[in-house]
Amino acid sequence: MSPRIAFVASRVRVEEKLLLAAFEARGADLVRVDDGDLCLSLAGDAEDAFPACDLVFNRSIAFGRTLYTLRSLEARGVPCLNSADVVATCGDKALTSLALERAGLPSPRTRLAFTPEAGLAAIEELGYPAVIKPVIGSWGRLVARVNDRDAAEAVLEDRAVLGSWQQQVLYVQEHVDKPGRDLRAFVVGGETIAAIWRYSEHWITNTARGARAENCPLASGVGPLVADLASRAALAVSGGPAAARGAAILAVDLVESGDGELLVLEVNHSMEFRNSIETTGVDIPARVVEHVLTAAAAGLELAR
Amino acid sequence: MSDNPIECPVCAGSVQIEEGAVLGEVVPCPDCGSELEVLELAPVTIGVAPDVEEDWGE
Repeated sequence: MSPRIAFVASRVRVEEKLLLAAFEARGADLVRVDDGDLCLSLAGDAEDAFPACDLVFNRSIAFGRTLYTLRSLEARGVPCLNSADVVATCGDKALTSLALERAGLPSPRTRLAFTPEAGLAAIEELGYPAVIKPVIGSWGRLVARVNDRDAAEAVLEDRAVLGSWQQQVLYVQEHVDKPGRDLRAFVVGGETIAAIWRYSEHWITNTARGARAENCPLASGVGPLVADLASRAALAVSGGPAAARGAAILAVDLVESGDGELLVLEVNHSMEFRNSIETTGVDIPARVVEHVLTAAAAGLELAR
Repeated sequence: MSDNPIECPVCAGSVQIEEGAVLGEVVPCPDCGSELEVLELAPVTIGVAPDVEEDWGE
């Protein structure tokens, strides 16, 4: 009997459509759950209508909803991909940096500060230009490169006055003078299955912001290094029970420093891949679905 | 799926929901560019999709 998968989503992006089609192609027993409809009992599964399943595959677009949904479901023993621990780490840039540091992986020099004054001191210690990022958020939103003290003071004041409390956690990073491109690697169950170069005239090289994707072959050139570093980064953010480690489905963003060293920038727990299937020739949704079904069938003890 | 175009709730333009659409799918209005969300499949119903929120993303 095939395992039953609960597919939790909110907005259905191109990626969710591709994943749903891949599940259908496999004849999977799938039940869709809209996170906007959820009313979760914290006392357990007998008291709410969340469908019985062997594994939850989460594709929610909202970090907050995802995290609390997964915490609730894991508490009742439901295995989740990705796990709540992975989402908690990847959804917060500061926690991601701590995990990368703990694993000894190369990443840009980063500081945390909580007031405009301390933020300015952190920026000046790192040197201009520097980058201020929100700890929560995606798609390059509210990421600011500051080239001098005037710009830094303006951005820091905006964060202090206009932002939520998360915006007032100042994540300040050295600016990496990358060669007009960076890398995204797709890791499924610990294996790097594909990678792309992302080229942009803009210093933010995000395909959601119009960057152009090109294949980065994993078997040649810098590919083997990319594959190895991405797999290690994925493992670094994978906490939780031993069986769950290495099971995550993640996109790792990497950048080349001025001297050619590869640095890990961030790890994404709900990866977008629409521009990378034809580019790489890898059927990313099929690989993800295969992994989810295998994990569910194996009954991995992914939950606490 | 409906062969008939659906009226955009923002501009009253015609929005065609294609075969294979799924619940929750976001469809842009070809006239005004608004992001619309498929709310029901039988019959097809659409509404204005929620705005991007601070914690949305990958």
